[in-house]
Amino acid sequence: MTTKTATLATGAVPSAPASRGIPFAALLRRPEAGAFLGLVAVLVFFTVFGGVAFLKPGGMASWLNVAANLGIIAIPVGLLMIAGELDISVGAMVPFGAMTVAVISGHYGLSIWLGIAVALSFGVIVGLINGIMVIRTAVPSLIVTLGSLFAVQGIVLGLTVLITKSTSVALATEGPAKALFGDFVLGGQLQVMVIWWLIATAAYVFFVHFSRFGNWIFAMGGDKVSARNAGIPTDRMTILLFVLSSTSAAFVGLCQAMLYNSAQVAGGQSFIFNSIISVVVGGVLLTGGFGSIVGIFFGTITFAIVNQGIYYTDFDRNWSALIIGVLLLVAVLMNNTFRKMALSYSPKKK
Amino acid sequence: MNAPILSLRNVNKSFGPIDVLHDINIEVRAGEVLCLLGDNGAGKSTLIKLMSGVHQPSGGTIEMDGSPVRFDTPRSASEKGIATVHQFGGTFPLMSIGRSFFVGVEPTKGWGPFRIYDRKRANEIAVKAVRDFGITRIEDGDRLVGGLSGGERQSLAIARAVHFGARVLILDEPTAALGVKQATHVLRIVNEAKRRGLAVIFITHQVMHAMAVGDHFAVLIRGAIAADFRKGEKTREEITDLMAGGASMATLEAEIEGYMASHDGHPPQAAHS
Repeated sequence: MTTKTATLATGAVPSAPASRGIPFAALLRRPEAGAFLGLVAVLVFFTVFGGVAFLKPGGMASWLNVAANLGIIAIPVGLLMIAGELDISVGAMVPFGAMTVAVISGHYGLSIWLGIAVALSFGVIVGLINGIMVIRTAVPSLIVTLGSLFAVQGIVLGLTVLITKSTSVALATEGPAKALFGDFVLGGQLQVMVIWWLIATAAYVFFVHFSRFGNWIFAMGGDKVSARNAGIPTDRMTILLFVLSSTSAAFVGLCQAMLYNSAQVAGGQSFIFNSIISVVVGGVLLTGGFGSIVGIFFGTITFAIVNQGIYYTDFDRNWSALIIGVLLLVAVLMNNTFRKMALSYSPKKK
Repeated sequence: MNAPILSLRNVNKSFGPIDVLHDINIEVRAGEVLCLLGDNGAGKSTLIKLMSGVHQPSGGTIEMDGSPVRFDTPRSASEKGIATVHQFGGTFPLMSIGRSFFVGVEPTKGWGPFRIYDRKRANEIAVKAVRDFGITRIEDGDRLVGGLSGGERQSLAIARAVHFGARVLILDEPTAALGVKQATHVLRIVNEAKRRGLAVIFITHQVMHAMAVGDHFAVLIRGAIAADFRKGEKTREEITDLMAGGASMATLEAEIEGYMASHDGHPPQAAHS
């Protein structure tokens, strides 16, 4: 680990840190470097094999919609991963959110706003339970949220069938709620979710990379005990992050129910792996302490392009899982390389 | 001689039925290095945890500046000026030097909800603090901590503690994982901290390192202070013997000699399979 440098003779005072190395090399050391290169690679790949159709508005809408729904969940999941935790219960929170709003506002015909509020508060409650259990029991969060994943799935299925005698519930909404959460914008192909996703991403970028709270999340993922000793409220932060991820998942669920005018008890499980893939492709270290929101953003788009781009090519769509698998492995290897570069970087080594 | 900053009076610690520490009396003064020596399992870690607020003593008192104190959490100990630096620096390998230096007390600029982390200022202060301790190879606060050598990481952690007003510095085996050159580095930092008037408690089982910086030595054996002496009062061999349990070491030597005498001068062999 010793950095062999020829700095012994340099009496240079660090007055001007302007000599920060070539900008390109500095960019490669950033956590999102791998995700960005991956994004460029899949863009080139699908433009070559699928033509430019998929970069035209209609094509872009197809993958932006996928990216938006996934991205709203992937960012908080990624934050948890940076903080050293994992949340797979999001897979059950999406149908939970969808079904809650459909049962309250569709089956019972109550106000849509009440349905939204209850769905979001279920998100908060499940997040609180996940967070408190992880802190109190010190059981790995993978296991805790695996438990809540199944528990919530059971609740959704059991209660829905009990209340509605069906596994699918219709929901008709109109007015401002529909326009805000479950409609198409800009010519009718782009989901309003895309706007929510962009706003959320901007807010997270500020929260994580510019406010001091972001520093706390990285410190927690780096070394939880040291972070706590440094005075960071690690317990409260952990709970907050779990609340954020399960509420975000409930939000995506309720928006989807309003968009498609119905909710199903199943579905949503794909979000578990897809969000983890987006986050890891985005350069977040699985064991915590390293990553970036912009990286997760790129990772999500990359995933969505592979997921949708296959329809624009002549390939059978069954191959898309293969591409995603290879992409994930390549991205992880690339991210490892870039992380090592960042670690061994010392300004005098040019 | 000035009054001790931190002193332990008849401190005991037991976990349930197991007594870990018995009647510990130690004290450390400003500008003095107290070396706490002991073999693995002698109770060094527990003693550190008592002084840094991780555990509370089962009996006896901890005093600071002559009045009894109680550290309920690591936080309350550090607020009173006790900083603990662990073997691997207690820092965050994948964070930048500036960010890890200011974890929990980040400098910010701006106003209201848009207060943002002041990266430039954090980096400047962190780099200056480390350079003041003689680590001139650190120039860029954006470098990741994990890219530093072990000695540099220790130095960064010590500089951080001093910057945030520590009066008592507890160093938990700072040289254990380091090579000779890096260890020398850390020892020089310890001397610098001492020169600045900090009280240093240096935990180690390397007698050489202890003798290089220590003013006062305490040897811990099976949870009790077995010897307490000042610089120059004992030789290295005597200290090593003490740490190994003195009498038991002598018995072992006698056993080996006895064995060799009855086996034509061959030392005991490892069992062959």
